[in-house]
Amino acid sequence: MADLTPKGVLVSPIFQNNPIALQILGICSALAVTTSMSVSLVMALAVIFVTAFANLFVSLIRSHIPSSIRIIVQMTIIASLVIVVDQVLKAYAYEMSKQLSVFVGLIITNCIVMGRAEGFAMSNTPGMSFLDGIGNGIGYGLILMIVGFFRELLGSGSVFGFTILAPIQDGGWYVPNGLMLLPPSAFFIIGLTIWVLRSFNPEQVENSEFEMKENTKPKEAV
Amino acid sequence: MAQSNNSIKKILIVAFALCIVCSVIVSTAAVALRPLQQLNQELDRKTNILSVANLYEPGTDVEAAFSSEVTPRVVDMRTGEYTDRFDPATFDHFQAARDPATGRTLSGERDIAGLSRVENFSTIYLVGDPNDPQQIILPVRGQGLWGLMRGYMSVEGDGNTIIGITYYEHSETPGLGAEVNNPRWQAQWEGKEIFSDEDSVMPAIRVARGAGEGEHEVDGLSGATLTSKGVTNMVQFWLSPEGFGEYLARFRADISPEEVQDVETDLEPEFEPETEGA
Repeated sequence: MADLTPKGVLVSPIFQNNPIALQILGICSALAVTTSMSVSLVMALAVIFVTAFANLFVSLIRSHIPSSIRIIVQMTIIASLVIVVDQVLKAYAYEMSKQLSVFVGLIITNCIVMGRAEGFAMSNTPGMSFLDGIGNGIGYGLILMIVGFFRELLGSGSVFGFTILAPIQDGGWYVPNGLMLLPPSAFFIIGLTIWVLRSFNPEQVENSEFEMKENTKPKEAV
Repeated sequence: MAQSNNSIKKILIVAFALCIVCSVIVSTAAVALRPLQQLNQELDRKTNILSVANLYEPGTDVEAAFSSEVTPRVVDMRTGEYTDRFDPATFDHFQAARDPATGRTLSGERDIAGLSRVENFSTIYLVGDPNDPQQIILPVRGQGLWGLMRGYMSVEGDGNTIIGITYYEHSETPGLGAEVNNPRWQAQWEGKEIFSDEDSVMPAIRVARGAGEGEHEVDGLSGATLTSKGVTNMVQFWLSPEGFGEYLARFRADISPEEVQDVETDLEPEFEPETEGA
């Protein structure tokens, strides 16, 4: 990251350096919570909050963190923030917190939060770190919303709970695709999203680590 | 980072200060938000009671529906009568199970639901006329595979026909045991009968292995044998004389349970000379 302007820090993780699509972090929760858009949205907001404030606090005390215990210091800060988020959800969005269940707690282990705290906040100013956290959170949330949109639309025929494609069991015409409600479908959609993003930004495509050899012809194998 | 940062003293200071600050933040959040969370849990419990009674649809005003349709009463499970010792609105039967004065210890074969302690008094919910209810909603709980499952069971006013079952708290495996909350599975309970004949006191209702047959069996949950077993044990325990059997017997015999008053006088006969007047 060469451009450390506030705008660059905030915007670049959304498309150029997306945590899910480019850094391939935080995939596990992206599979679990994206069956409906409203759940994805709450999860995205929770992650934006946690990433932003974890970055801020880690950055604030970065010059006092002994390097030998820095990971556990970051974990403690992240864990505290996640517990606060969990408590707030239980108090103000009880239904939602029941649906998200363990995945709120598992934000602690979301690699994005930890990765940004260790990779960015430990060596940058609090303001920049805060923006970087928000940017990465939005980048994560964006992918979550894209995946959630397709899974909910194709899996249940609705968007944010509003019916778009009337499913056949309610007298409509659309046969819901059950696979879309299962975790593997999120892999397909994330993969396709990465494809689309890299088609627009060819510089994201990594160099091949090795060349694939041509298939051995049956004649040669004998 | 300065070298002094890695001295043992600095490490201890940072670790200690961080722990204090974080624990204060976390506990403040927990304490400040607890009343709201309890309100939510209470609302969720009431929603479950309404939904097991088929009175709940999305958008229902839970508080209003609950207070107009449902009458809570406290039952003495040993006699099957109502008691006025406790206020139904505030009585907590989980607390009662722990208190030696209102609960008892179960062990061995009697403890089929894996509860170890059980209450003698419990809150039940009546739908319709409290003296001749359409539905009786009983709290049930028992061990599943991973932990305690708590829920409600709704029984018709004849004390024998099941209307529904629901769980508001469980920790069963998602997709397998957690299918206890699948509406399609729960729908099977409707119309099943608890007892095999009029005189039996032990419930016949059970979750089958595989497909359930007849009026006392419900389909097993595939891939969740232990959860299914837990559900069987739970309903058999709570519907037996150890649980609500005595109370349900009143309805089966078509006698309304009575309000037993002045429970404290039970202790007095000890002081009466039995030979008096003989």
